[in-house]
Amino acid sequence: MDTSLVEVKNLKKYFKTPNGLLHAVDNISFSLKKGQTLGVVGESGCGKSTLGRTILRLIEPTEGEVLFKGESILGYDFHQMREIRKQMQIIFQDPYSSINPRMTVSDIIAEPVRVCKTITGEENIQKAVNEIMERVGLSNRLVNSYPHELDGGRRQRIGVARAIILNPEFIVCDEPVSALDVSIQAQILNLMMDLQEENGYSYMFITHDLSVVKHISDEIMVMYMGQCVEKAKKNDLFDHPNHPYTKALLDAILIPDISEKKKRSNLIKGEVTSPVNPKPGCRFAPRCPYATEACTAGHVPLKEISPEHYVACTLFQ
Amino acid sequence: MTSELLKINNLHVTYDTDEAVVYAVNGLSFTIDRGETLGLVGETGAGKTTTALSILRLLPNRIGKINEGEILLNGNDITKASEKDMRAIRGKQVSMIFQDPMTSLNPILTIGDQIAEVLKLHNPNASKSEISERVNKSLEMVGIPADRKEEYPHQFSGGMKQRVVIAIALACEPELLLADEPTTALDVTIQAQVLELMMELKEKLNTSMLLITHDLGVVARICDRVAIMYAGQIVEYGTLEEIFTGEKHHPYTEGLFGAIPDLKKETKRLNPIKGLMPDPTNLPSGCKFHDRCKYCTEKCAANEPRDIHIEGDSHIIKCHLFDK
Repeated sequence: MDTSLVEVKNLKKYFKTPNGLLHAVDNISFSLKKGQTLGVVGESGCGKSTLGRTILRLIEPTEGEVLFKGESILGYDFHQMREIRKQMQIIFQDPYSSINPRMTVSDIIAEPVRVCKTITGEENIQKAVNEIMERVGLSNRLVNSYPHELDGGRRQRIGVARAIILNPEFIVCDEPVSALDVSIQAQILNLMMDLQEENGYSYMFITHDLSVVKHISDEIMVMYMGQCVEKAKKNDLFDHPNHPYTKALLDAILIPDISEKKKRSNLIKGEVTSPVNPKPGCRFAPRCPYATEACTAGHVPLKEISPEHYVACTLFQ
Repeated sequence: MTSELLKINNLHVTYDTDEAVVYAVNGLSFTIDRGETLGLVGETGAGKTTTALSILRLLPNRIGKINEGEILLNGNDITKASEKDMRAIRGKQVSMIFQDPMTSLNPILTIGDQIAEVLKLHNPNASKSEISERVNKSLEMVGIPADRKEEYPHQFSGGMKQRVVIAIALACEPELLLADEPTTALDVTIQAQVLELMMELKEKLNTSMLLITHDLGVVARICDRVAIMYAGQIVEYGTLEEIFTGEKHHPYTEGLFGAIPDLKKETKRLNPIKGLMPDPTNLPSGCKFHDRCKYCTEKCAANEPRDIHIEGDSHIIKCHLFDK
């Protein structure tokens, strides 16, 4: 089977601000197959989270299409959306603010089931909650605890449990490990990969951490100010980065290896400019060491430079 | 003059709260030489920040207490210094960069005034124009045009705010800089810029630095020596080479390295340390790490391990495995 589970076409989300239109997500397209992971990387404010939420229609897109199993979900009404959300879930970044402090662990995990009525009968629901808790590594004695009694790692396990109890096919993971310590981060990453292997979940994994994204993804999309600047299979991207921004990102990673210490390469200058009413052309141009007039002259489209490797840069047009 | 700037001997710090006594630092010792950068690495709750606050004597009033041990700055024990003496030390001899640049600046003062504050305090006789001149110099040193000194913190981005914090910390050219996770809140490309800046300034001013971080990548980039901290103790201490390329390690250090995805190798799964950090109000007996350690023996639960010197003096591991 080669059909895509999720397909996004020319998705745009602009926010109205007093100063003009903020281009949060600008013309993003991708497709994700079953059991695969798409990593989305970029710095704060590049539109990663907005993209994830727009796909789930937690934010309504301005333009474009989102297809789930070949059907466009943007025209769905409330009831249809509720039906389809059983198959599309999200894990949020901050395990401290994304769960209701006044609900017990079992109520939090059972809530999606109660809302969607996929399991009926209190006994069956409790049974399902217990199974899921065991699967994500939460001990049974915690069922009646409140979130404030738990540490970040355990809270994020609740977030994972809540997302998988409906047995979805597609999960948007919005920086699920960035608020956690390294040893706990590794535990959660392992859990997520195990679950994917067992149940064939497709992940859209949003992160700013390049070593995490390399570890978990099959394909990686690099975003800069709402646009996709480069997209490729993960090894291809790490071995042959082409866009100057991707190169700069890879150069900026600090590797825990001292043999690399002497090498210090091209740091990029400056900071991300404003996404409100952006100028035409490449948005990275003001920071780019290779920028020419052609970069700001007009739209720079994504171009396939080798099989399944797309770059949006005038150097490759 | 010795090369030793800061020496901490057997430091014990507790927080006495209404509910329980929190054992934050339990017998910590290390030294920092002039011009040296020591990386203090550990996870949340290991006692890293408490250590830094103890050096500045900024532990919360009546709750945080230094119960035992000494902190020698240029040979003077600052645990016994008066508040007045401490005021002369803070900002002048020792200064600190806090983790979160968004909250460590005062939102209703211009950044110029905030830099001037520390300068005025330590140079009471300086004239207005001298202070203003030095504020300009401090800002330029961290790469911010001096004409932005009339602006307020909200007009700066995260990376720029952290530069302002660095400018404040280095305004009086301190001997020791305590940097508490200085780049954790920043994006990767900005993190690289800020680290580069810190290294450059450290070199220029010959400042010693205690860098607190949980990121081994940052440590590899800028530290000379590394101390790995767990449950209020240093479990491994050595030069950068000994920690990163040495053969022998504390099991906790091994676990920390195993938990980071390697960019060069394809690994199917990471090797995290099982379990969680111990509760600091109720620390385990013997070795504090024993209930998470895969090499744990009976001895580990019963007796606290000594500091073992491994081949040469600089590399120290606190583990029974190496005690022969």
